[in-house]
Amino acid sequence: MGVPIQVTVNGKPYKAEVEPRQLLVHFLRDTLRMTGTHVGCDTSSCGACTIHMNGEAVKSCTILAVQADGGEIKTIEGMSPDGNGTLHPLQEGFKEEHGLQCGFCTPGMIMAADALLKENPNPSETEIRHALEGNFCRCTGYHNIVKSIQYAADKMRKEVTHG
Amino acid sequence: MITTAFSYHKAGTVADALKLLAECGDDAKILAGGHSLIPAMKLRLNQPEHLIDISGISEIRYIRCEGNSLRVGAGATHADIANSSDVQSHMPMLAETAALIGDPAVRNKGTMGGVLAHADPAADYPAALLAADAEVVVQGPGGERIIALENFLLGLFDTDLAENEIIVEVRMNISPSNAKSTYQKFMQPASRYAIVGCAAMVTVDQGRISDAKVAFSSVAEKAFRAREVENALKGQEASEATIKAAVKNAVNGVEVLSDHFASSEYRGHLAKVYAERALKAVI
Ligand SMILES: Cc1cc2nc3c(=O)[nH]c(=O)nc-3n(C[C@H](O)[C@H](O)[C@H](O)COP(=O)(O)OP(=O)(O)OC[C@H]3O[C@@H](n4cnc5c(N)ncnc54)[C@H](O)[C@@H]3O)c2cc1C
Ligand code: FES
Ligand code: FES
Repeated sequence: MGVPIQVTVNGKPYKAEVEPRQLLVHFLRDTLRMTGTHVGCDTSSCGACTIHMNGEAVKSCTILAVQADGGEIKTIEGMSPDGNGTLHPLQEGFKEEHGLQCGFCTPGMIMAADALLKENPNPSETEIRHALEGNFCRCTGYHNIVKSIQYAADKMRKEVTHG
Repeated sequence: MITTAFSYHKAGTVADALKLLAECGDDAKILAGGHSLIPAMKLRLNQPEHLIDISGISEIRYIRCEGNSLRVGAGATHADIANSSDVQSHMPMLAETAALIGDPAVRNKGTMGGVLAHADPAADYPAALLAADAEVVVQGPGGERIIALENFLLGLFDTDLAENEIIVEVRMNISPSNAKSTYQKFMQPASRYAIVGCAAMVTVDQGRISDAKVAFSSVAEKAFRAREVENALKGQEASEATIKAAVKNAVNGVEVLSDHFASSEYRGHLAKVYAERALKAVI
């Protein structure tokens, strides 16, 4: 039944045997016990399960774990630059600009925003809202989420210019 | 939600996928981006015993021009199509359509082949592809078949694809340099699926409409060309009055879909509104 897979998650290689029908999000949460990636809708709509697979933002509730074989995964647990509590500018932005209330959507928001900033380091408000079309927040009304991402974008651009 | 159990097979090449399809028989399904199939399997609307994963087949993930023909591999993702400079310059309405599908994460996984095989009436590409007179290239045990998209789409979730065939490409002539094209969509705000989508490709020559192709997605059980609208445009003066008169025919003789998002009366009205917007954008 089990299919052997090898995946790199947040820079660390893992080997496992998975049932073909196991979703990637359940592999991350239940097998690897990385519960930062959330399951909101389980119907591919809300974006709470957004992670990066091979550098692209994807919904991990709509991908099979077997499909990640040989791939590189990045989750919210991999965002801290030192892996030891130092916040990524996006995490800092959500804290500073009150980009979360209950926090359920936040991991997905941050992973979607990280993908946006890689492509477009200086997005307009419209571009930020467009990039978050697949991520639902039931609490904040999105306004502070946009500000949080602008905060991070400003900080990351300054870090680049100042080396 | 958990799907029923299945065996997973990863195909490395098209030949591999066809061989697996033949071996696994009726209970096999192709898995491409998985963004229609996996949700359907979670709801147990689909319960295949075998999944043949074609998402890693690099020979069908391409976009290229061959002479006057634009070729999009079945494995090209919506993001590939939206970002392709070939599509942007040679069939702009197709790039515009791809960029309006779902959200960035959906566009990173969903594929052209998956959309065409799934034949969801709400899918966006078919309108643009019909307006571009596109053809679908499929491969099966007997070799290759090339089918006009208009004949390939048979109805609600129904196509001319045989169970032992796979879609490998969609091709179309590149847009004439004096033609303008667009795709305009009224979307359901949460899922971002089209409630009505209209593609238009028009050529205006010295103030007269010399050619017009207009097609709709999400209005009827399958995407269709609005030939009455086209005929009312061709040869006429390129004016607002011409457009307004032509779009009145948008859903003549069409059985317009009705669902919990839009009644058929409302959807029929939206079809005219979106045809007018699309035509005004290109005329
Ligand atoms: C949240 C969300 C929003 C969406 N919004 C939109 C939208 O706005 N507009 C829109 O058009 N679509 C939308 N979609 C659907 C999306 O575009 C899907 O990606 C697409 O319908 C299916 O493509 P896929 O590659 O994911 O196919 P899959 O889900 O892998 O497969 C779909 C079907 O096609 C078959 N198949 C796939 N590839 C082939 C092939 N090459 N040959 C033969 N059979 C094949 C499979 O067996 C299956 O039956 C949305 C999906 C989601 C989850
Ligand atoms: S849990 Fe994956 S999109 Fe909602
Ligand atoms: S903070 Fe509660 S859902 Fe976004």
